Amino acid sequence: MKPLLSIDSVGMRFDALQVLNDISLRVAEGEFVTILGPSGAGKSTLFQLLLGEHRPTSGAITFRCAPLERKTNAFAYMPQRDALMPWRRIIDNLTLGLEVQGMPRKAAREKVRPLLPEFGLEGFERHYPSQLSGGMRQRAALLRTVVQDRPMLLLDEPFGALDALTRTRMQAWLETLWAHHSWTAMLITHDVREAVHLSDRIYVLSARPGRVLREIPVALPRPRTADPATARRAQAIEADILDFLLKHTTP
Amino acid sequence: MSARSAAPLARATHLAIHALPAFLAVGGLILAWEAYVHLSGVAPGTLPAPSRVVIQGFAQREALWQNTVPTLQATLFGFALSLSSAFVFSVLIDFIPFMRRALFPVFIISQTLPMVAIAPLVVLWFGFGLMPKIGLVALVTFFPILVALVQGYAATEKELETLLRAMGANAARVFLTARLPSALPYFFAGLRIAITYAVVAAIFAEYSGAARGLGIYILNAKNSFRPDLVLAAVLVSSALTLCLFAVAAAIEYAATPWRHAGKASRR
Repeated sequence: MKPLLSIDSVGMRFDALQVLNDISLRVAEGEFVTILGPSGAGKSTLFQLLLGEHRPTSGAITFRCAPLERKTNAFAYMPQRDALMPWRRIIDNLTLGLEVQGMPRKAAREKVRPLLPEFGLEGFERHYPSQLSGGMRQRAALLRTVVQDRPMLLLDEPFGALDALTRTRMQAWLETLWAHHSWTAMLITHDVREAVHLSDRIYVLSARPGRVLREIPVALPRPRTADPATARRAQAIEADILDFLLKHTTP
Repeated sequence: MSARSAAPLARATHLAIHALPAFLAVGGLILAWEAYVHLSGVAPGTLPAPSRVVIQGFAQREALWQNTVPTLQATLFGFALSLSSAFVFSVLIDFIPFMRRALFPVFIISQTLPMVAIAPLVVLWFGFGLMPKIGLVALVTFFPILVALVQGYAATEKELETLLRAMGANAARVFLTARLPSALPYFFAGLRIAITYAVVAAIFAEYSGAARGLGIYILNAKNSFRPDLVLAAVLVSSALTLCLFAVAAAIEYAATPWRHAGKASRR
């Protein structure tokens, strides 16, 4: 199977600081791939390269068998924290990407509306972000991302700012959401459990300069949290990765 | 339902309690002044009692009003000029770094000019009409608004801009969708500072030479040894500033609804 996205021997240095070192990875259509690594491993830099904010100092990025353009419509990006605009009502935050792409506001709202119940946002269209709980804001940010209909989602620690309970709920919700949609996604996280629950494949990154230490396929049936046997196997993988990380990365 | 109908009353009570110290302080000051004038027997030509200021001011209300209108005009036109030019320059500075380096020193120097020296010169150059007053009000209020806008743009969250660019937005779109709204709270803070300068600047400009206006009224009252009328005009100018302040606060409230939207019930 031809990969949708392929990153080959990509390195990135800012002046004297080598941030990424010889990164190679692939994402196939419909796959959920996680980049797992310690803080400061250059995970977010990888996204910046994909989004064209910077050019890699070495290596190549290929999307659909062609070199990735600097101005690309390949990705829908969900930044760390929710990055909702506090001055826009929820509905206007959700339609932001569509409006930027030139869709009229009315059409954009009609496209977003049917998705509201699945994201638990029905009845909150007229609210401002500050009026919503952290979990709801995060769901809104995800909806704003997926509604853009881009080939691939880039999720940068989407649940990093949430409390443990809300995060666990959000992960379970995201799992069921993924069962209904065949989105292609790349997730950045330092949460091992999150990575194991959500991914088809995990790339473990080293501390800076980040390089791929290990590639781990997670061949578990979904949903992974509901069935006790699957949950146990997930726990075993999680323990294995944690152990590996502790051995191979120094703080 | 009962909670909702009780809310405005509770809010009014809360507001009254909140404002009480201010009223007590101002009221106490006026009472002490009044008492001092009566007990010490100081001549009203030296220090008039507050009651005399109000009574004489009221007797002169027509003249006062006729002189308030041009001051208000100078203030508002001057403000309009400084708002529009501050916005234009803030955008130039935001988009073109060269402009920032070129213009900021000029603007800062403009803030070092002493009004006492500049106002008579401006009147000398532009005459006794409205124009020099508008110019001086604009000169004084321009800088705080400009600085507020430029700072506000810079305070935009980086992630919002990355997000917008990832959506395919160009620089103009990023400015309109993220930077400009981000600057609004800063802008209103700058506006409030500028407003407190505006009326004073207009009066000062008139003081240096004008046909009509509160400034020239104050000058005339002083020259005819009427401190009560000087103070009456001061009272009017303070009231004017407070009114403008209130208008600005109301506009801020209406323009930034997200800052005072109540919490929604969680579910």
